[in-house]
Amino acid sequence: MTRPVYLDYNATAPLKPAVIDTMTAALTECGNASSVHRFGRLARRTLDAARDEVAALVGAEARQVIFTSGGTEANNLAIGAAGAGRRILVSAVEHDSVLRAVADAEIIPVDARGEVDLAALQAMLERDTRPALVCVMLANNETGATQPLALIAHLAHAHGALVHCDAVQAAGKMAIDVTGLEIDALALSAHKLGGPQGIGALVVRDHIELHPLLRGGGQERGWRAGTENVPAIRGFGVAARLAREELAAMQALGALRDAMEQRLLRVAPDVVVMAPGAGRLPNTSCVAVPGIPAETQVVALDLAGIAVSAGSACSSGKVRPSHVLRAMGASPEIAGSAIRVSLGWRTAPEDIEHFVDAWTTMVARIRGNQHAGRVIPVPAA
Amino acid sequence: MATVPQITAVKRTSGSNLPKRPVYLDYQATTPMDPRVLEAMMPYFMEKFGNPHSRNHEHGWEAEEAVEKARKQVADLIGADEREIVFTSGATESNNLAIAGVARFYKDRKDHIVTLQTEHKCVLDTCRHLELEGFKVTYLPVKKDGLVDLDVLRNAITDKTALVSVMAANNEIGVIQPLKEIGELCRSRGVFFHTDCAQAFGKIPLDVEAMKIDLMSISGHKIYGPKGIGALYVRRKPRVRLVPLIHGGGQERGFRSGTLPTPLCVGLGAAAEIARREMADENAKLLKLRDRFYKSVTDRLPEVYLNGDLKNRLPGNLNISFAYVEGEGLMMGIKDLSVSSGSACTSASLEPSYVLRALGVTEDLAHTSLRIGFGRFTTEAEVDYAADRIVEAVQKLRQMSPLWEMAQEGIDITKIQWAAH
Repeated sequence: MTRPVYLDYNATAPLKPAVIDTMTAALTECGNASSVHRFGRLARRTLDAARDEVAALVGAEARQVIFTSGGTEANNLAIGAAGAGRRILVSAVEHDSVLRAVADAEIIPVDARGEVDLAALQAMLERDTRPALVCVMLANNETGATQPLALIAHLAHAHGALVHCDAVQAAGKMAIDVTGLEIDALALSAHKLGGPQGIGALVVRDHIELHPLLRGGGQERGWRAGTENVPAIRGFGVAARLAREELAAMQALGALRDAMEQRLLRVAPDVVVMAPGAGRLPNTSCVAVPGIPAETQVVALDLAGIAVSAGSACSSGKVRPSHVLRAMGASPEIAGSAIRVSLGWRTAPEDIEHFVDAWTTMVARIRGNQHAGRVIPVPAA
Repeated sequence: MATVPQITAVKRTSGSNLPKRPVYLDYQATTPMDPRVLEAMMPYFMEKFGNPHSRNHEHGWEAEEAVEKARKQVADLIGADEREIVFTSGATESNNLAIAGVARFYKDRKDHIVTLQTEHKCVLDTCRHLELEGFKVTYLPVKKDGLVDLDVLRNAITDKTALVSVMAANNEIGVIQPLKEIGELCRSRGVFFHTDCAQAFGKIPLDVEAMKIDLMSISGHKIYGPKGIGALYVRRKPRVRLVPLIHGGGQERGFRSGTLPTPLCVGLGAAAEIARREMADENAKLLKLRDRFYKSVTDRLPEVYLNGDLKNRLPGNLNISFAYVEGEGLMMGIKDLSVSSGSACTSASLEPSYVLRALGVTEDLAHTSLRIGFGRFTTEAEVDYAADRIVEAVQKLRQMSPLWEMAQEGIDITKIQWAAH
């Protein structure tokens, strides 16, 4: 029996030990950060330190960090900044927490690599009613493909639109400088970078007017009410600091990922690697094996003790071809046979060995059966 | 790492010993985690770290199973079905979701909301914002004891009323509203009944059927569970519908998108389970402590006023005003007690509590009010120590107060015409 191999870091990452230590300590302490007595003041002080760490991860100022319950809430909060009834442009490969938070989103097309079509964006920006907001993620959760945010922000600003960037998957996997990129709002999630679930942040530039989703006690400078989740915020702070310090190690995973893809291609030359080449997160691989449904693959791999994903984890239970891969022009057959393998801070070369072995066995078995005339269902479009 | 005082049952041999750390008597602001809750959560910070929405592997399934168990634990405490529990980031979100969600969903037919002037700020702020969206809101006054007058409530409901939102227990004065009567009234008028149970869930018996509650806001960190987690009970029959606040992956049956924080859900569930088992014993203990404290203070100090009804009240809450002292001076005099002079959310400001003002408490007395919250880990020794400190501080301040001197001499200071300088 081999040890279980977790290769679904883009769904959630295991907590780093230092994060667990900090949170275990914080959870046994008591205090409402808004209380004026000593317990409250101590809670407030640790909260401020965490805010510094999260700001530093993305090159922002502490005052620009608004803690939320996670990336989804941060995205929803940012989108409210557009104001009611205004045009909002959204890339075709955005996460559901952006796509579904915009009532009448205008979809910016992407190319075969998943990159925003800048000419199309420009044409959309130039139309008579100027858009208020452009939403483009920094890196895609399914393919890892990154976007040219500096160019997008430049273009958007030239036409008077604000830019919101979902950096939930990118943070900790690539360097981010929100000031240099001139992004107006940036969403972060702690549990994707080794921090706890249930905490995220929206980083907003000073001039941005938000419309709070949650109203009440006036916490987070009035932008987000609710008792501050101090233990989780402290865990987020530690995870943000470690992510910054360990960025080189994360980027080194790129070589492991590339070698893995080469081996898969040698086993089955018809394997399709999504969004290959430069401009991809070092930890993410989205690979399709034509003719083998993704669901079949993940079930077979799970039986072999390997956790990968057939798409994003959020779409609770529903099986449908990925909107991301479809937007990139992938055929329903390819999109339906793609799995996501995502590496992270605890991934060792042996894990990749196990995965490649299990994957090879699976492909040989299924394709062998196919050649023997067994029917393997291919998902419909 | 900063050394922060830990709250565990503190053993003191005598009530007058100087404590090494402040005595925590602010259980309505937040509660320390019960060690049993933390123990239940720990595996989900460690080896069971999966995303409960991952459908493809064991890591996801074990997280999902834990979340669903927690959902049942929460439901069981209020007589609900687990499918009626929506996890949120806390009671603030639950209140926002319930009130704005119902108002926006039914706005084509109904545009009126009834609530109380003494509700938590997050209820009032949500209502004020809905007024900007075109809704009409009636903010009902309360009686001197803090309780709603049912006749006043009955008269406020119209054919256009979509929702009545009345809190179960007040965060400042702990008074418990007549939920069953309000529920019956709302049901008979075809109006949804939402109740903010942030302070009541896990503290007093609640039953959504018997009390005809349609929506209930629940908090984790007020019942010895973690911060950052809460829930909204949403009735299925007759069905209550909501416009969500947070859109995305469609989790929580579309009511609330976002990855569920498994350890926090588990913590809320465990806290609810403990509350269900221990509520009766704990309340008996808290009543004893509260009576002991109140007697100790009032036996030694005259001119002490209890704010809010004593009978219909959370067993762990007192809110008392001390005449002839100055509020800030009092807080300075009891620095080693962690108590609150108003709700924690607003206590950083020096505005007198709007809850006390709604009860008709004068500004002077509102300024010298203390909210004293007793809880699971409060000891008799702590209660005695706190009573001694407060009595000492009040006596000292009164000795320095010319107003107190005048009052002792029989001068009615409310009748004095002060000269302007």
